Amino acid sequence: MIRYVVKRLVILIPTLLVVAIIMFTLMDFVPGDPAVIALGSGNHTQEEIELKRESMGLNKPYITRLGEYIGNLVFHFDFGTSIVDGTQIKTAISDRFPNTLKIAIGSILVTIIVGLPLGIRTAVRANTWEDKIALFVTLLLDCMPSFWVGLLLVLLFALKLGWFPSSGVGGLKYFVLPVIANSLGGGLAGFTRQTRASMLEVIRSDLVTMARSKGLSEREVIYGHALPNALIPIITIVGMRFGQMLGGATIIEVIFSIPGLGPYLVNGIGSQDYTVVTGGIIFIAFAFAIIMLLTDLVYAFVDPRIKAQYVARNRKGGRKDE
Amino acid sequence: MSRVENVGAEKEVRREKRHGGHGKMGHHGGRGCKKSSESLKPGSLAYIWHSISHNKGAVMGMVLIVLIVLLSVLSPYLCRWGYAELDVLNAKSGPSLMHLLGCDELGRDLLSRVLYGARYTLYIGLAATVLSAVIGVTLGAIAGYFGGLVDSCVMRFLDVFQAFPQLILAMAFCAVFGSGLNNCVAALGLTGIAGFARLMRANILQIRDMEYIEASVSINCPTRKIITGHIIPNAVSPIIVEIAMSISRNGLASSSLSFLGLGVQPPYPEWGAMLAGARNHIRDCPHMVIVPGVFIVICVLSFNLIGDALRDALDPKLKK
Repeated sequence: MIRYVVKRLVILIPTLLVVAIIMFTLMDFVPGDPAVIALGSGNHTQEEIELKRESMGLNKPYITRLGEYIGNLVFHFDFGTSIVDGTQIKTAISDRFPNTLKIAIGSILVTIIVGLPLGIRTAVRANTWEDKIALFVTLLLDCMPSFWVGLLLVLLFALKLGWFPSSGVGGLKYFVLPVIANSLGGGLAGFTRQTRASMLEVIRSDLVTMARSKGLSEREVIYGHALPNALIPIITIVGMRFGQMLGGATIIEVIFSIPGLGPYLVNGIGSQDYTVVTGGIIFIAFAFAIIMLLTDLVYAFVDPRIKAQYVARNRKGGRKDE
Repeated sequence: MSRVENVGAEKEVRREKRHGGHGKMGHHGGRGCKKSSESLKPGSLAYIWHSISHNKGAVMGMVLIVLIVLLSVLSPYLCRWGYAELDVLNAKSGPSLMHLLGCDELGRDLLSRVLYGARYTLYIGLAATVLSAVIGVTLGAIAGYFGGLVDSCVMRFLDVFQAFPQLILAMAFCAVFGSGLNNCVAALGLTGIAGFARLMRANILQIRDMEYIEASVSINCPTRKIITGHIIPNAVSPIIVEIAMSISRNGLASSSLSFLGLGVQPPYPEWGAMLAGARNHIRDCPHMVIVPGVFIVICVLSFNLIGDALRDALDPKLKK
């Protein structure tokens, strides 16, 4: 197990470093002089611009700036300051990320609570009318952009019925519509179909035939034998969906005017605030990577086949054929 | 060393399969073609065509797409109003005989805008898919065939792509390239590379160990010829399915980006951009929100149905 964790970390850390380097480099080559953007609109003399460049450290060679940026990032988890308004990006992110995370966690919970039983049921009753209706609905949901689902929800539940607020943050009820929109438009359908596929694969496998031939009741066969086996791949799917929903939350936040990472990034791109964009995107990559790492670890922990690969290798002195 | 690599490779294949499991169940209508398709050889063009043309969903999808393309191309001649023409007196009016789907806040006819806008979604969907398929398949084929160091390098490179949620990566590219139609295509095209490359690599890893490859290597067939003549034709069917799915994904993503103001910009009637404009008028004219969204769903649904049918047609093993 420990070997597996170490191996995953060994792959993860350089990847994140490269992500940071590439983001910094890309944003560095984007047309537009950060000093001019920092000075804001209006005419500026060449001297003013030069002074600003000097104070922002833009006159140092690229390599030095990259080194400083990565250094600050690794040792202080510091993303620098915004070009446009000079605020600390780290503070802004730590203020805003909890909102994004709340939406993502809420959406994945809704997705699991609704999608898992639905997927299992449709697999058990494959090709019945229930299954066909569920397939049709998920097919349709899969084609709806999450932001449109969000707008429709606002139209119905906020403006027509007035049950939930249409924007802003506050108590729990402010999160109801965003969470439903993100889950309906961003993965509930896919998750249900994947659960169904995974379950169906197990139901058609020999182990279920075996369980049936032992004379177990259908209930025991499905919940005692088929489900635990089907759940293993579903863990990975949950992890992937969670990562996706973190991305999807950004667009949902824009619709519901929730001060999360989404509006921060979109405004950053709009106002050419490159440090904000770089910082925000690197941060999301970090969060995403951690989710994926946790998923893989849980997966490895649950799936005896992966554990066995490492255990067996240790026992046999796996260096034999390396 | 080789063993570690192989373990990794097997895991990769398993993982791809798992991910590929997403649409496996899309075998609606597959039963219809059982009777006479027995006489056709699976994998032959005739079989594939037979299977698709007997799949109700796929036929509906193809009809809808042809309809959308025709209407979009002909919209300047068919529609009474130009997509940018203002009819200020009817601004914000709902559906009527004059304006079948109503007008937006400036009095532009929604029907002609929506029909004209189809070309953006279709163009971005197709162009971005072609871009990512060409680059991704090449990378994946190289990685899968050569293995070893080349493989590791390509895979680590792809890891960087997959370190972001898709939408965030597309946003990052948009920030770099700027907004606009072709920049949006480039952003989405680059975003999709990793998916194609991984799929292709997993295919190749399976095919690489087949006996016919060993045979061609032993008769000293040039590498280029093995790749183009043996491996690609055998690895191509999952790619074709992925292309159909990717078109619909990119159509969705392009509307998301335009909605955020990062793709096609508002005066042009891209569906996502129209929705972004409609958001401010959601209270007084809900039809502005509903119409473009319905068209997005129809368009994406059509490509998904075709993709599902292709999967059934190209991979008879999955059908049961």
